[in-house]
Amino acid sequence: MSSTYLEIQLIAVFVGVACALPGVFLVLRRMAMMSDAISHTVLLGIVLGFFAIGSLESPLLVLAAAAMGVLTVSLVEVLMRTHLVRQDAAIGLVFPALFSIAVILISRFARGVHLDVDAVLLGELAFAPLDRMDLFGFDLPRSLVIMGLTMVANAGLIALFYKELKLTTFDAGLAAALGFSPALIHYGLMLMVSVTAVGAFDAVGSILVVALMIAPPAAAYLLTERLSRMLLYSAALATAGAISGFWLAVALDANVAGAIATTLGALFLGVFLLAPGRGLLAQARRRAGQRWEFAQTALAIHLLNHENTPEMARECRVDHLQYHLRWQPEFAATVVGLSERAGLIQRSNGDLRLTDDGRERAQTALVYN
Amino acid sequence: MDLLNSLFFDYTIRTVALGAAVLGIVAGALGSFALLRRQSLLGDAMSHAALPGVLLAFMLTGSKAPVALVLGAAVAGVLATFLLLAITRYSRIKEDAALGVILSVFFGFGLLLLTFLQRNPTAAQAGLNKFLFGQAATLLTRDVVVMALFGGAALLVVVLLWKEFKLLSFDRDFGASLGYPMTVLDALLTILLVIGIVIGLQAVGVVLMSALIVAPAAAARQWTDRLSTMIVVASAFGALAGVAGALISSLGTGLSTGPVVVLVISVIVLLSLLFGAARGLAWAWLRRRRSRRTLRTQAVLANLHDLAVEHHNPHYAHSVATLRAMNRYQGGVRHSLRVLADQGLVHEVTPGNWALTDAGVARAGAADAPAQE
Repeated sequence: MSSTYLEIQLIAVFVGVACALPGVFLVLRRMAMMSDAISHTVLLGIVLGFFAIGSLESPLLVLAAAAMGVLTVSLVEVLMRTHLVRQDAAIGLVFPALFSIAVILISRFARGVHLDVDAVLLGELAFAPLDRMDLFGFDLPRSLVIMGLTMVANAGLIALFYKELKLTTFDAGLAAALGFSPALIHYGLMLMVSVTAVGAFDAVGSILVVALMIAPPAAAYLLTERLSRMLLYSAALATAGAISGFWLAVALDANVAGAIATTLGALFLGVFLLAPGRGLLAQARRRAGQRWEFAQTALAIHLLNHENTPEMARECRVDHLQYHLRWQPEFAATVVGLSERAGLIQRSNGDLRLTDDGRERAQTALVYN
Repeated sequence: MDLLNSLFFDYTIRTVALGAAVLGIVAGALGSFALLRRQSLLGDAMSHAALPGVLLAFMLTGSKAPVALVLGAAVAGVLATFLLLAITRYSRIKEDAALGVILSVFFGFGLLLLTFLQRNPTAAQAGLNKFLFGQAATLLTRDVVVMALFGGAALLVVVLLWKEFKLLSFDRDFGASLGYPMTVLDALLTILLVIGIVIGLQAVGVVLMSALIVAPAAAARQWTDRLSTMIVVASAFGALAGVAGALISSLGTGLSTGPVVVLVISVIVLLSLLFGAARGLAWAWLRRRRSRRTLRTQAVLANLHDLAVEHHNPHYAHSVATLRAMNRYQGGVRHSLRVLADQGLVHEVTPGNWALTDAGVARAGAADAPAQE
């Protein structure tokens, strides 16, 4: 494995974790689409910053871009507060407008400058190691340093304000009553998302920023009930997606960002299908189990109803179930078999008798006792 | 006049303007349903999801015929929508996160295919990436014909199923209780929306197509409460933005049509939000200002009356400064006095000192009477 490969993977992992951590809160606060909006509008911030400063190297550009991200969020909220449009429409109105302004400004005034709309949207991680800088005597890719710092800063800030973030995310009303400011935390989080998006989209493009911010946390959301674990799982999933995506891109000789988004989608799909307890498969199995469970209880209740009554000889037979409970013969046979195996009933010559267990099951279901 | 001239006689400009107008009409009409059903961002997701469909259609058929690409995109868009519904239905993931996942993963997968194709060139895969950003200037007559055919078909379905779609948008449960197949209608309307989006991708690109779904409908919503009017107005706004965008971008150097169209429609939205009938922000502001002034004027009259009662002299004159001190609504005392003087309720006894007239005493006394008990 060449050092370039290693560097690209490290950058991908740093970007992934840096995005996934704030993404957890976006998903929990139902603001996932804000990442889409912000990752597009920071472009306008960069363009305006470039016009003001005249250089694409200045760290002040990050500030301009982050400010534009926060401005996007405020604009969406101002629009929502007029009650003339709903949140989804407000997002859909604000970011294409700001993005269009950016595209027009670039094509009008910044031709030939290294500000390429394609590159911004799509990103090309494979070229990231070419742009290098010197840090304490080490020759490192610029993105590696920037995204490493962003990741550490995000992790540090989330650890520092963990309690506040948790409280305002799950119970904003209580947080306000206790004297925390949900608005302050909200804008702090938006600032974090914006700064991360700026740093990341330079390396991987804005669409992968959305994929990394939303897909790992959404998958983690299906795996755990605890916020701390959700953060950990998100970071792990982002790491796995970044590394496997890189190798997929190498194998196909294709765009790294696109490949990472694809593997993240595959990971999400896997979790969605297979997650213990919440996955589609577990749900289907539970539903199927419940069906038989319910049929056995219904059978027990039926037998209890007619126990020691004159009709008992007629009612409590396997072949009568299809008339009384309207069960197909095969279904009835299966249920009787399952019930017998579960020790709920005993069978003799087609007559069905409840066991003590079966009687108790029926009585509990009917709340007799 | 030159502009109009070129609109009719310049082939490129005419084609682009026509294409953008068709797109605006279709997107405006279908976007109205999306807006009312709170699915505005679905358009965003579907326009991104269309990319892998376009590329797979190209890989399978090897042709860049608009019909094949549009169909491929439509299949991908529909697939994305059903995945979205499955995620929100069968897990606790909310719609916003599901949208984000679907949008970015489909687009990322499309990007993977695109770069895979570009680095392993088979033949004429060039030009496929115009589906990303859209190049209206490259629109040909046959593209516009395809757009018009698909868009016209979609609009025809809307007209034929007008009553059903209306029911779906406003009271789905009622429709279901009447025996209409609401799930089928829902799927059908979604497919129509996908078609509307897909035909626009080539002209304005992925990001800006989502704006064309949301913006004309959001603007039209400010002017009317009737669905039929809203759809007509939205289509008109969409067409207007399309033609205006095409013309403006033909003037400037290096302005691509898509962003200009979006900016034009954004301005229309802004104006509609400000000046829309009944709910416009500007009208609301004027109403608030007027009622604040009325309130302030009444407060000054009441203050003068209170002073008169305290001094046991209905016509006792007081300085503006006194009134200002009593008036807790900041400022506006002089203006209020002038309004009251015009109504003959107060008069200026000496410069800067005001008293109630007989009519003013009667009016303020009547208003105050219950409070004085």
